[in-house]
Amino acid sequence: MSDASLLAIRDLHVTYATGDGPLPAVRGVDLTVERGQIVGVAGESGCGKSTLASTILRLQPSNATVSGTVLFDGRDVLTMRWGELRAVRWAGASIVFQGALHSLNPVHRIGDQISEPLRIHNPSLADRASRQRVGELLDQVGLDPQRARSYPHQLSGGQKQRVMIAMALACDPELVVADEPTTALDVMVQAQVLNVLSTLVRERGVGMMMISHDLSVLADLCDRITVMYAGRVVEEGPARRIFVEPLHPYSAALSAAFPRVGDPAARFAPSGLPGDPPQPWLLPGGCTFAPRCPRAAEVCLPAEPPLTSYGEERSAACVRIGEPDAPSVEPASGHVS
Amino acid sequence: MTAELSAHGLRVEFTTRTGRVARALDGVDLRVRSGEVVALVGESGSGKTTLARALIGLARPVAGEVRWNGSRLDRSARALKALRRQVQLVLQDPSGALNPRQTVYESVAEGLRVHRLVSGSDKTEAELVAAALASAGLRPPESLFLRYPHELSGGQRQRVLIAGALAVQPQLLIADEPVSSLDASIRGEILALLLRLREELGLGVLVVTHDLGLAWNIADRIAVMYLGRVVESGPTEEVLTAPQHPYTQALLSVVPEIEELEPVVLRGEIPDPTRIPAGCRFHPRCPALASGEAEEVAESCRTVPLSVLSGEPDGHRSACHLVSAREGAVPASSTETEEVAP
Amino acid sequence: MTDLAAPRLSARHLARQRRLASYRRTWRAFRRHRSGVAGLAILLVFVLVALAAPLLASSDGLDVTLANGPVLGAPSSHYWLGTDDNGRSVLTLLIWGSRISLLVGLSATVISMVIGTLMGLVSGYFGGWIGRITFRVTEWMLVIPFLPLAIGLATVLGPGLFNIIIVIGVTSWPSTALLIRSQTLSIKERAYVERAEAIGGGRWHQMGRHVLPNVMPMVFANTTLTVAGAILTETTLSFLGLGDPTRTSWGSMLDSAYQVGAITTGSWWFVIPPGICVVLVVLAFTLIGQALEEVLNPRLRARR
Repeated sequence: MSDASLLAIRDLHVTYATGDGPLPAVRGVDLTVERGQIVGVAGESGCGKSTLASTILRLQPSNATVSGTVLFDGRDVLTMRWGELRAVRWAGASIVFQGALHSLNPVHRIGDQISEPLRIHNPSLADRASRQRVGELLDQVGLDPQRARSYPHQLSGGQKQRVMIAMALACDPELVVADEPTTALDVMVQAQVLNVLSTLVRERGVGMMMISHDLSVLADLCDRITVMYAGRVVEEGPARRIFVEPLHPYSAALSAAFPRVGDPAARFAPSGLPGDPPQPWLLPGGCTFAPRCPRAAEVCLPAEPPLTSYGEERSAACVRIGEPDAPSVEPASGHVS
Repeated sequence: MTAELSAHGLRVEFTTRTGRVARALDGVDLRVRSGEVVALVGESGSGKTTLARALIGLARPVAGEVRWNGSRLDRSARALKALRRQVQLVLQDPSGALNPRQTVYESVAEGLRVHRLVSGSDKTEAELVAAALASAGLRPPESLFLRYPHELSGGQRQRVLIAGALAVQPQLLIADEPVSSLDASIRGEILALLLRLREELGLGVLVVTHDLGLAWNIADRIAVMYLGRVVESGPTEEVLTAPQHPYTQALLSVVPEIEELEPVVLRGEIPDPTRIPAGCRFHPRCPALASGEAEEVAESCRTVPLSVLSGEPDGHRSACHLVSAREGAVPASSTETEEVAP
Repeated sequence: MTDLAAPRLSARHLARQRRLASYRRTWRAFRRHRSGVAGLAILLVFVLVALAAPLLASSDGLDVTLANGPVLGAPSSHYWLGTDDNGRSVLTLLIWGSRISLLVGLSATVISMVIGTLMGLVSGYFGGWIGRITFRVTEWMLVIPFLPLAIGLATVLGPGLFNIIIVIGVTSWPSTALLIRSQTLSIKERAYVERAEAIGGGRWHQMGRHVLPNVMPMVFANTTLTVAGAILTETTLSFLGLGDPTRTSWGSMLDSAYQVGAITTGSWWFVIPPGICVVLVVLAFTLIGQALEEVLNPRLRARR
């Protein structure tokens, strides 16, 4: 193994060609995932987080133009040859897609669906060995190995989500990308699934990128969080700190959307963010968040603020940080590219 | 005048495909009045959506009754229509609950037309629709009249549904998971809207959710459901800061933002409602019983069924043998007689 | 699904524009189906001919007493498609016959669609005994062999244009009813139907406002296929001598050709043209129907 980061995305741009003209979905994103680390990506629908996920394995739609680099274990996924890419998709990284609950085939037993990639990958694999492996995988995600004989309709939502995770783990990936893995689940089941995921990362040292709009879930589970807005990173830093003392007003809004139960300030004061995210083909000039920003001022309008570092491995893209009524953090030197 | 919708010993059953009887609601008392926000909290399978549907007459109870302003609701088409004029349900899934072939205008005007409210008003239908859209926070309303659901964002669809319910000027609103499918930033907006409707129109709101943070945000009172029963109810501050029932405690401990509580992750899921456990229905998963904390009442937990928790809006109560034993009271402060185990 | 009370403020105008735009979208999608467009072109030719029949050929040509052509004369410069056993021009008969064939086909389809849609909606929407009875009746009608039923009915009612229409209409609805029933079953489970109920709308409101508008596209696509069947049935019944003897249709032409032994005498011009016309019109409707089904049925379409 090389000493390079497991996943290093540098200056990634993804633009879709549509009937209405070019649609920039991701606009210059940097992101790093180390082994044994969970990195959260937060943002609303349409902020480019799902596009980011599919680009990691070059699964983006054919009308997308991609530039920048996606280094998986030091090798660039975007330029590698087919054979190499296949190897990465087989055993290097796997994605649990959003809404994947519906992608289980209703007429096959879940055991057969989990073992399918194993058997394609290794046709000589004996039936007994493959059954045993399926049992191990189900056990890992907290399901009874007997469940292998069930059909998808016999499982609840949480169980299906765990089956999806077991499928993603079938080929021992080094990186797992989970796109909204718990969105449709109840609190208790969500806690169960999140437990399974974090145990896997801690015990097996895989890297994980987890995408969600729920900053509280990410804060609980992740080591670092990247907050995206309109295709760009607006804040990046240690998970807890972003949730508790966000620098960027957008992170603050996301954080406040999920109140701490017991916090008197949140009683009868749900906090939201007016307006919808901008349409990617109609991005406002200057800071793209300014039209919805409670702290927007004249200085926000001339240009999109660059991602600036604010000490202790934190950075944010807002020119108003440090100005009156902002969280008190000393600006550190230099720009992060 | 305060309006009041209440359930008394409500029991709803379904027959599964294999012929077994699933008891989705197993005796529920609950009361919602205009001007208050009540949160009905529980996991999927707890029966909370069935209760919401039964309250508006969409599910037929096999026992117990629904009362509107104190009088029993009979199931004649006329009585149901009259109830649905006063109590409106906002369904869970905003993308499926709007007819794809109807414009926003038609969807919102539907209630006005069904209840013939335009002729009794000095405003035109268009004005009433515009007013409903505006009070749901969709401005300017005219710009949305002719949109189709697929042209709206998730938050807008949810608002259109709320506007459709507000158009008939109800006294109570039942909202089933109003924000679960929405983005974080829209969530607060919709919740603020519900609170504002209570301030401005004196609306009562029953909000059905699995999200305790939501209940903390907007609810005056909270009722926690488990497997067809209310297991704990009371003022939101008390229930969420000093939960009594081990189930509520476990639910609260896994809410991501709460750091001070050690997460108690329950194994498995809510059992199948065709096989409700004997004794306390929560005992097979109860962390207090498993840890030996409830040793002294363990026998009752396994064998003695708990009575239906009263729906009276005062006080904090829970259906738990352990809590009763600690308080030295008879199990659960209820006036109902002990029911026979199923 | 007309907006009875669209908001005034010029919104009615906008609504009309939106509906036009949606029709235009459907038309654009339809135009991509080459076979459907071909079917439409063929159909248009026949409709024009039927409408313009009095201009193309004088109705005097249908009168046996005024006919002065040769008996079963071969095509010539005067009689392009030859003459029949009464000395009438086959071309004139063909042109006027198209009117009857299309009229019977379309009217019978309207009857069949109305019955089929109602039965399908009722049996799909209502549970309980109403739904069960209507469904049983539908199944019953479906398994009774169609032609004997139609022949029996036509014999009882007696020959006549109107009776033929009735016979075809009341015997051809069950397949439509089944289709509408299955659509209704799926649509009545949608959340927006439940919302209509929760708002206070009764069953008729739910059915008329929500279920029906959403099954209409299917009805529409199915109609064109039914027209083809109805025209074919009309031909069959007329061929069997159960048609209206006082009017010429393509079926009755085939019948008289058979009666006078046109095939054995080698008078192909009396047999082949009406046969080809029937085939072409049926084909046209089938092509249009298939294309429409693909355009209007969201499951066969990968849009949205």
